[in-house]
Parts: sequence; structure tokens; C-alpha cells
Amino acid sequence: MRIQNKITILSAILFEKKLITMSKKIADNIKVNTQALKDNGGKYILCLFVSGNLPNSASAIVNIKAICEKYLKDRYELEIIDIYQQPDLAITEQIVVLPVLIKKFPMPKVRMLGDLSRTEEVLKGLGLV
Amino acid sequence: MKNFTLPKSPTGIQGLDEVTNGGIPKNRSTLLLGNTGSGKTILAMEFLVNGIVLFDEPAVFMAFEEKKENLLMNLKSLTYNLDTHIENNKIYIEEVLINPDEMLETGIYDLEGLFVRLEQAINKVMAKRVVLDSVDKLFYGLDNKILRSEFLRLLSWLNKMKVSSIISSEIGDHFLTHRGIEEYVADCVILLDNRVTNQIATRRLRIIKYRGSIHGNNEYPFTIDEKGISVYPIISEAFQPEPTSKRISSGIEDLDEMLGKKGFYEGSSILISGTAGTGKTSTAASFAYSVCKANKRCLFCAFEEAPKQIIRNMGSIGFHLNQLVKSGILTFYYSRPSLQNLELHFLAIKKIINEIKPTVVILDPITNLMTEGPNSDIRSMLTRFIDFLKTQHITVMFTAAITVGSIERNPSDEGISSMVDTWMMVQDIEINAERSRSLCVMKSRGMVHSTDVRKFKISTKGITLLRIAANNKGPLADSKRKAKEHDNLSTSKESIWVKESPVNENTK
Repeated sequence: MRIQNKITILSAILFEKKLITMSKKIADNIKVNTQALKDNGGKYILCLFVSGNLPNSASAIVNIKAICEKYLKDRYELEIIDIYQQPDLAITEQIVVLPVLIKKFPMPKVRMLGDLSRTEEVLKGLGLV
Repeated sequence: MKNFTLPKSPTGIQGLDEVTNGGIPKNRSTLLLGNTGSGKTILAMEFLVNGIVLFDEPAVFMAFEEKKENLLMNLKSLTYNLDTHIENNKIYIEEVLINPDEMLETGIYDLEGLFVRLEQAINKVMAKRVVLDSVDKLFYGLDNKILRSEFLRLLSWLNKMKVSSIISSEIGDHFLTHRGIEEYVADCVILLDNRVTNQIATRRLRIIKYRGSIHGNNEYPFTIDEKGISVYPIISEAFQPEPTSKRISSGIEDLDEMLGKKGFYEGSSILISGTAGTGKTSTAASFAYSVCKANKRCLFCAFEEAPKQIIRNMGSIGFHLNQLVKSGILTFYYSRPSLQNLELHFLAIKKIINEIKPTVVILDPITNLMTEGPNSDIRSMLTRFIDFLKTQHITVMFTAAITVGSIERNPSDEGISSMVDTWMMVQDIEINAERSRSLCVMKSRGMVHSTDVRKFKISTKGITLLRIAANNKGPLADSKRKAKEHDNLSTSKESIWVKESPVNENTK
């Protein structure tokens, strides 16, 4: 009986420890996120990869700029990268489809494929609807 | 343009270049279709590695499915160590990761990103060969209409880049057609298949189409082992080996005598069929023994008895095979028929033949292999195998077990007997409540042969064939035969049946 008791107590302690570490981890995560938010002032980080001035890419630039100005005014950082100029980034960012808008922040990461002409889909991707 | 042949890029894969008549189309795209685990990645990788090693053509491998480390690790287990090739800038491997979960379609797009990466990769190593493995990953989450046109653009772009490429894809439920990308867009389409029949898996390869080139239309079995892929080589029917008139002794003096006093033709095929316990294996062993004694190599393929058992049993009738095995002149191949498909057995045997170059190959018994797979396949396969052996001038002896009373009806036996050059039958005959073995030569192409049915005697000194003495009432039993022989010697007038002078057992 005693041994049984001891085991129960022990497992209870272990379980508690586990919980603590888990909650710590979650807390850490939140901290990191909030830290990042503070760093860029809670702004959206967006990367638009385009292929030179091919028609789809050109309209993607126009579209995203319009959407950002309308829905995310002063709350976004948008970087436009021409993959022809920086082909190495195609590998590191795992680019296959062009144009593509990558929402790097806030999580989750989303890749929005295409010329961003379907505004509703873009807003969905940005987490605004 | 009379003798124009399409420029080809040899794969260096055993058998595949024969089937494709020289390789896959140069500077064009070949579509490689197959289910999961059918060997697409290995075939594609072997194409690249052979390109580097044999033809000095650098390569690019775009991995859509596997991580680079995993890929390299998997290939190492197949003795493809790519590390040195990577160091020497001969091969460049790039992962293309596509995560459909984080993708969202928001308009019109193209695969320009992939093109940029491919171009960069090709320029990095000045590649001549490119593999995309496997592109169906692209199809998840992307619009099929866009992909269709982009896929066509990819093929013509690769052509423009002057690289020979293999693009692999899953085939499940006519995958590509299903997705609106028909196979006809590619210049060459190869289908891989891993099929299970009677619980035995066989990999098969078929060339569905090959624009501008003749190619084999059949399904060809292939294997993947530590040395890579081997497609079962096809011997073209046009090739006719020069037959020889040289003879090889059967190892049984009396049998040689029945076969025009000289024995079999070298490079011919011989079948011994008979019911169980009639002495087929003994006859075969006797042949093997005499071949080895003449200092020629022999390969004994056993599908029923284990080699050790054969060695023991044959020792009891005067054939001491153990020494021959030790000296390496006699090689045993032992395998269970159900282990693999018939073609794969032949493939394995063929590999050994190429290694040891035997004069004689014995398959004992061939009928055990016949249980695997439908009969029509077996016939064509055996024909191909016999053809192969003929080109190598190898004499082959098959034994075939048949069931009692079905000699005429047994289809597998009939199937082989028409193929072989010499066919002997061993049978049990019962004379006056005494069972004895008999042997007769059913046919023997290109030689005068005896039509006698001889008594087949196995003793501790080997095999002897005796004439069967008979009176006008039929053959005589052994006990009476001696008496009859004695009679014959004393009063030759009485001899009705025995035309030549009877063979006395004691002289043997």
C-alpha cells in the first residue's frame, strides 16, 4: 500500500512539473510574440515576391499597396522583392509560384499566391476577416 | 535524312537502354510515372549518377518530396554515395518545399519561381541532366488550369535549356490525365509498376510512348538491388546464334550412345521429364559431374532440394560433388520458387552466369517455378531464357516433374518440350509386379537417336541404361531378363525383340 501511495505522489509531482514546464513554454512563446510586436510596433510584416515587371507581378504590387493603405494604414511593413534581382532568395524563401505575398507576422505564416486581385481572399489571408 | 536517329541520352541502366533503343530523348523531357514505392526516385537518380560517372554530364536533382539529407541517406544504402559528386560540383540537389496548408490562392500566378530556381541550379553545375521528383506535389493546392499551361511551358523551357530531363509523378487513378495534364505532352513516357500476383511482388517497367523512336512495347520486369536497377534484358529475335556441331557428353555412357553415340550438342537445351522418383535429379547430377570432371564450369540451380542434400544424395550413387563445389567448378544456386517471381529467378541466375561463365546450366526442377504466375508468361520467359543461354553457347538442362498419367495433357511440360532441342522422358514401368525405371529419348533435334526404351538403373556406381529384354508377350521383368539374356546368348534364334547383341550388365 505504501509503495502504491508513494508512486501516486511521485507521479503527481511529475505531472505538476510537466504542467509547469508546459505553461512556462507557452509563456515564453507569448513573451517572444509580444516582444516582436513591441519591436515593430505590432506591425504586419509582409513580403511580396515578384518576377520583374511581368503583368501579374505589376498588378500584385498595385493590389497589395491598395489593400494595405485601406485596411492596414500605418500598421504594416511591406517589402517588395524582385526574384530576378535576388534569385538566391527563391531558394531560402522556397519560392515556386510567382507573384507571392508572404505574411511573416503575425503568425500563422501565410503564402498568398497570385496577383492579389481577389481582395476578400487577401483579407482572409491577412486575418482581417 | 534517311538514316536519321533521334539523339538520345543513355541512362546507363542495365536493360533500359536496350528497351529504349539507346536511352531517353536527348534535351527533352521524359515523364516517369509510377505508384508510391515503384522505384521512380531510384531510376531517376541512377540516370543522373550514370550521367556523371559514365558520360561526364553534370546533373541537377530537384527534390519535391524528400528532404535532401533523407534522400542522400536513402541512396547511400544503395551504394550511391553522392558526397564526392556534390563536392566536385557534378550534382546539385535542391529541395523544393511546398506546404499546401499555408497557401491561399488570390489571383493569377505562374511557376516563374521554379523556373528561376531551375535556371540557377542548372547554371551552377552546367547541368546536362535534370530530374524533378516528383511534380505531383505541385498539384496539391494549385490551380490545375494554370499548372497545365505552366507544365507545357516547363517542358519547352527545359528543351530550350538543352537538358535531358526526367519528370516523375504519381500515377494513382490516372493522375495526370485526371489533372488535365495528358501524358502526350511529353516526348517519352515510362511507367513503373510494382504488382503483387500470388503474393509475389514484381516490379515492371513499360514504355508507354516514345516519340520518334522505336521501342519495346512489352512490360519488362526489373529489380532494384544494392547495385541499382536492372531491367530484364531483351534478346532481340533477330539475333541468331551460330549453332555448333560440337558435342558434350551427358555423363552417362549409355545415354551418349543413344544420342548418336556422342551426347548432346553444345549450347542446346535438354529437358528431362518424368514422375517423382524416376531419377531426374540423378541424371542431371550425373551430367553436372561429368561436365565438372572435364574441367568445365557448371551452375546447378536447385529449386527443390537444398544443395547440401543434393550433395549427400548424389554421393550415395557415386557422384562426389562436394570436392567440385569446394574447388569452385560447380556452383549451386538455391532458391525457393515462392521467394520471387520467375523472371527474377532468371535474372538472378543470369547475374551468376555473367559472373562465373559456366558451360552448363542445370535447372532442377523447372516445374517448381511454374507454379508461380500464369502459363503463357512462363512460356515466353523460358523462350527468352533459352535464347539468352543459346547466345552464350551454354548448354542447359531442365528437369520437369510431371504427375502420373498426365504426360500428354500436362500443359507446362508440353510447353517446354516443344521448345527444347532434346527431350528425354524417365518413367516408371511395371513388369510382372516389379517396378523399374525406364528412359527414352522423345526427341533430339539434329541427330540420329535411339528410339529404345531403356531400363534405367541407378547404382552406387552411377547410372546405367540397359536394354529391356522382351519376348513376344511384352517386356520381361528384371529377374526373368537375366535368364532371357542367357537364353539369347545361347540360342540367338529365339531373339525376337532384341535386335542388337544384348548388353550384359556385368560388363558395365
